[in-house]
Amino acid sequence: MGTYIIRRVLWTVLLLFLISSITFGIFNLLPSADPALLRAGKNPTPDAVEAIREQLGLDKSKPEQFKNYMERLVFHFDFGRSYVNNVEVKETIFDRLPNTLYLISGAAIIWFLAGIVIGTISAIKRGSILDRLMMGGALVLISAPVYWLGLVVTYLFSNDLGKFPLLPGVGAYGNADGFFDKGHALIMPWLVLASAFAAIYARLLRSNMLEVMGEDYIRTARAKGLPGRSVIRHGLRSAITPLITVLGLDVGILVGGAILTESVFSIQGIGRLSFDAISRGDLQMIQGTTLFLALAVCLASLVVDILYAFLDPRVRY
Amino acid sequence: MAPLLEVKDLTVRFRTEDGVVNAVDGVSYSVDAGKTLGIVGESGSGKSVSSLTVMGLTRAKNADITGQVLFQGQDLVTATESQMRVVRGGPIAMIFQDPMSSLHPMYRVGTQLVEAVRMHQKVSKSAARDRAAQMLSLVGIPDPKARMNAYPHEFSGGMRQRVMIAMGLCNDPKMLIADEPTTALDVTVQAQILELIERLQSELDTAVIMITHDLGVVAEVTDDIAVMYCGRIVERGPKADIFARPEHPYTWGLLTSIPRLDTPRDQELVPIAGRPPSLINRPAGCHFHPRCPYARPGQCDTGDVLLEPSAASPAHVVRCVIPSAERTAIWAALKAGETPQGVDPGAPPPLEKTLVLEHAEPEPETVATDAPSLEKKLTDD
Repeated sequence: MGTYIIRRVLWTVLLLFLISSITFGIFNLLPSADPALLRAGKNPTPDAVEAIREQLGLDKSKPEQFKNYMERLVFHFDFGRSYVNNVEVKETIFDRLPNTLYLISGAAIIWFLAGIVIGTISAIKRGSILDRLMMGGALVLISAPVYWLGLVVTYLFSNDLGKFPLLPGVGAYGNADGFFDKGHALIMPWLVLASAFAAIYARLLRSNMLEVMGEDYIRTARAKGLPGRSVIRHGLRSAITPLITVLGLDVGILVGGAILTESVFSIQGIGRLSFDAISRGDLQMIQGTTLFLALAVCLASLVVDILYAFLDPRVRY
Repeated sequence: MAPLLEVKDLTVRFRTEDGVVNAVDGVSYSVDAGKTLGIVGESGSGKSVSSLTVMGLTRAKNADITGQVLFQGQDLVTATESQMRVVRGGPIAMIFQDPMSSLHPMYRVGTQLVEAVRMHQKVSKSAARDRAAQMLSLVGIPDPKARMNAYPHEFSGGMRQRVMIAMGLCNDPKMLIADEPTTALDVTVQAQILELIERLQSELDTAVIMITHDLGVVAEVTDDIAVMYCGRIVERGPKADIFARPEHPYTWGLLTSIPRLDTPRDQELVPIAGRPPSLINRPAGCHFHPRCPYARPGQCDTGDVLLEPSAASPAHVVRCVIPSAERTAIWAALKAGETPQGVDPGAPPPLEKTLVLEHAEPEPETVATDAPSLEKKLTDD
């Protein structure tokens, strides 16, 4: 187990290096605004632009720029400063992180529980009208894009412009204070973000469950005289394990930014941050958020792999 | 005295998209306390389905089950699901073919045993653990207290089957149904498991239904034998009768397709020609007639062939239209290694009769290929 983790961490470091090189390469290959011009403000003098260029290190060759960036990153854990407003990238990311984490953790709990409940019921009542309704509904939710669903839900339920003003709407999160207030403001984003995932998880669990319930050990459980719910528990124990893998990776990806949800509901999270950085051509910020996303995914998959050894006793590293 | 288990005219049909599968058709047998019944047949002969039905495990929306399964006077076909839960794993226990897949891979062996004990006995957790450990030691698992904490994958195949047997016997069942308990095991381990079942049976006075396609197994352990083909019992009787005076051509086929120690090594085995018929469109008359080298056109392929007592013994019943005396003569010739008059048992039957779709299993096992117990004594009993 120990050597496995060390190996995985080394791979993660290599992967992060590759990702930052690729990000750097793409940014420099694609036409984009001149960062120095961005920083200089309105109607700058050529001298001022030149000074900024020098200050940012943009006058150096591309490989040298990359080397400097990597040196600062590796030796000082310094992600640099935004080209646009000169704030520290690292600080900004950690400022925004709590918002993203709050959004994702709530949504993940909702979609995981909903997925399990719906998937299990659907599998047990296979072929029934309930099953068809739930799986049909799941298909609709999977197909509904977040930006569309977000707008529809806002139109229907938000308390400022909704037809049935039940829930705090767009922008409520930014004005909310305190844990519970913020949680209240997040109900709608949670539901919107969770819906597609819940639908995917429900379908996944249903098919896992149907497969597992045909296993010999389920027949053994019934032959022991166990009541129906115990038999289902035996099945769920096996069917749920693959879902944990998917959950870990999904959460990892979303920690790197739930771009659509954060944008629709004006939540100042990592996703919104990287969206803004991309639209402004802010390379330092893009590098920072991309690396952060990669790190989150790598860590999540490492956690999932370690967790798996506890969930499935047959797995050994 | 009434038998412990009496199955009367049990019929199980499954309605599927392809048609009605006649899995079990009018099966009757009985088992006395402490005795062993062997049910023999190839895949899809209904031997497993009939015993799963005894346990109430074939109940489904698309299953039609008729007939009676009388266990200690209670009809298990009409029993409610909650009544069946008391029976399952309690007075009737079942062990299955593949011990690897029959134990839950993610629960500790001890947990699975304790669960079975506490389902039927109102005892504390620690008492149940003691009982489970005691059962493991009874089935010959060394260091049972420690092995309780192991997972199924940490056991060998034979040990896993011992665990299954311990699980089946932990509530002192009156009857144990063993569905091909040795099929997935090595030959040496097979013998150990059979010995174990026999020993426990005599110690605990449990009746056993041994389902197998391996005649070597039934020769070892059973008192009575029922041979099933295509959902029906084609021959049933005491073991001695079945081995010494088999009267059904299918039973002959099974017996002559098994390698024996007392025949020359270069003698070729005679497999049963053709494939098992579909359980949806069964051949008319005797279901075996398309594959039967002794089939008589006009007699075998029409009407319903009944299970009738043989001439020699009323306990020995056979489902065949050939007169009993002729059957005896044919078997005598077969046993002597001769070709019976007027027939060629090795020749495949006419092609159009074998063109029936196999439904239940994609690869039907012919008896010649799955008779691994070469060493089993099959001398005349």
